Amino acid sequence: MNQRTVVVISAGLSQPSSTRLLADQLSAAATKAAAEKGIELKVRTIELRDLAHDIANNLLTGFPPAALKEATDAVAAADALIAVTPIFTASYSGLFKSFIDVLEKDTLAGKPVLIAATAGTARHSLALEHALRPLFAYLHAVVLPTAVFAATDDFGTDTAGSAGGTLRSRITRAAEEMARELERRDPVAVLDPFALTTNFEDLLKTM
Amino acid sequence: MQFGIFSVSDITTDPTTGQTPTEGERIKNIVTIAKHAEEVGLDVFALGEHHNEPFFSSSPTTTLAFIAAQTEKLLLSTATTLITTNDPVKIAEDYAMLQHLADGRVDLMLGRGNTGPVYPWFGKDIRAGIPLAIENYALLHRLWREQVVDWQGKFRTPLQSFTSTPRPLDEVPPFVWHGSIRSPEIAEQAAYYGDGFFANHIFWPASHTQRMVALYRERFAHYGHGDPDQAIVGLGGQVFMRRNSQDAVTEFRPYFDNAPVYGHGPSLEDFTRETPLTVGSPQQVIDRTLGFRDYVGDYQRQLFLLDHAGLPLKTVLEQLDLLGGEVVPVLRKEFAARKPAHVPDAPTHASLLEKKVTA
Repeated sequence: MNQRTVVVISAGLSQPSSTRLLADQLSAAATKAAAEKGIELKVRTIELRDLAHDIANNLLTGFPPAALKEATDAVAAADALIAVTPIFTASYSGLFKSFIDVLEKDTLAGKPVLIAATAGTARHSLALEHALRPLFAYLHAVVLPTAVFAATDDFGTDTAGSAGGTLRSRITRAAEEMARELERRDPVAVLDPFALTTNFEDLLKTM
Repeated sequence: MQFGIFSVSDITTDPTTGQTPTEGERIKNIVTIAKHAEEVGLDVFALGEHHNEPFFSSSPTTTLAFIAAQTEKLLLSTATTLITTNDPVKIAEDYAMLQHLADGRVDLMLGRGNTGPVYPWFGKDIRAGIPLAIENYALLHRLWREQVVDWQGKFRTPLQSFTSTPRPLDEVPPFVWHGSIRSPEIAEQAAYYGDGFFANHIFWPASHTQRMVALYRERFAHYGHGDPDQAIVGLGGQVFMRRNSQDAVTEFRPYFDNAPVYGHGPSLEDFTRETPLTVGSPQQVIDRTLGFRDYVGDYQRQLFLLDHAGLPLKTVLEQLDLLGGEVVPVLRKEFAARKPAHVPDAPTHASLLEKKVTA
């Protein structure tokens, strides 16, 4: 069976958090959708809350402490990313953005990203489209067409059919989009930052 | 092995007193610090170059020449000389001049500089940092080795029939180190020329320095300058000492917590664990420093950062007393005992001159 890895980043702050709840539903759905295509998905979920101090320290010192380095390396090595944030003040949370800010340049270039968010009411749902989607587009990620938003209500009364479908159907649709992206891509090859991309004689010749 | 100190020339408020030295005081203090480095038996004093506040050292050769005039043995170097924004012609002239005045007690460490606005202030673009470092050094290298240079490049006006004066002392160019925190291209550049590679070391975890040095050593051998373990490696380090290690921690903590680079971030304990910073007794500094060899191999130069973050002059001089009096003598003996005979010392003017004469 084909193997691929997905890293889930969850920026929820409370415990238990509805952000983590949505993240888990997305990773379970992605695992199922991938399995239907003969892909065994290895899922690693990273709670940004656990890395909050390390992220702040990275911003201040310029280098990641060991636990954060391990997490950012995992993101770089992942075949796809599921990024879930609570909506704070009309946008992604500061912790979520700070984690994205400390990723090495080009970490997400060409990587499929499923974006998802939680908030108290459905009035925040377009934050996914006006905040998260441009953020990941700027980073040259391949943002999946379906973004998944869950308001608190969705966890209770997820039955009514609407134009966008229920939360459950949105999760399934996004997971299927991710599986399709994984199926048509080769596994990610991580570039060694210490590897030379050219030798010095060639560098001199370009002068 | 060479031991010394390097200064980034920051003018920082002492967080324990609220006192900020004037530029004049800090400049005179740096001369006192350099002279004391020689008095306590250190080999090298290296000074940074910056073109923005809160740093004073925009003209390192002026300061180093002044120090040269008041010292006998101290080797004067830089940390770093900006190979990107300086005109390589001016670097060739300035450091050859300093070589003559200092009787050859000069080498220099080249770096790119990471302060964005400095590039446009000098008419350059930070995005061209690596190409600038490559082209400028290629020209500098020729100016010190060829009497008459015809040259054309991308970044400065062409030269026809140009002779850089004064010529290097005894026609022996100053030894050059290339400093970099994280660019493999610079390790490659150092390896290509058979120059030294200096790993900043103090801002990143040891595993990072280990990879950069390993790359440099491998490429040094690739370009035919010797075996990997014969490459010339220097490391930065950062220490604060008191006889009783808890006194060192207590006294240094406010300076650490408010330091311009990492202040208000990780705890002193975290940073000590993650980076080579050592705060404790002289014996702890000895043990930690000897451990550097475990991951970079036998190396040639160890520079410590002592005079930063607003530490008062008196404290810095006391640190030098401990470094020169108790730490370095043990390190010299222990490193020498571990070093195989085929691993060279860092080149000096005398050794380079001898090599030239015998060749």
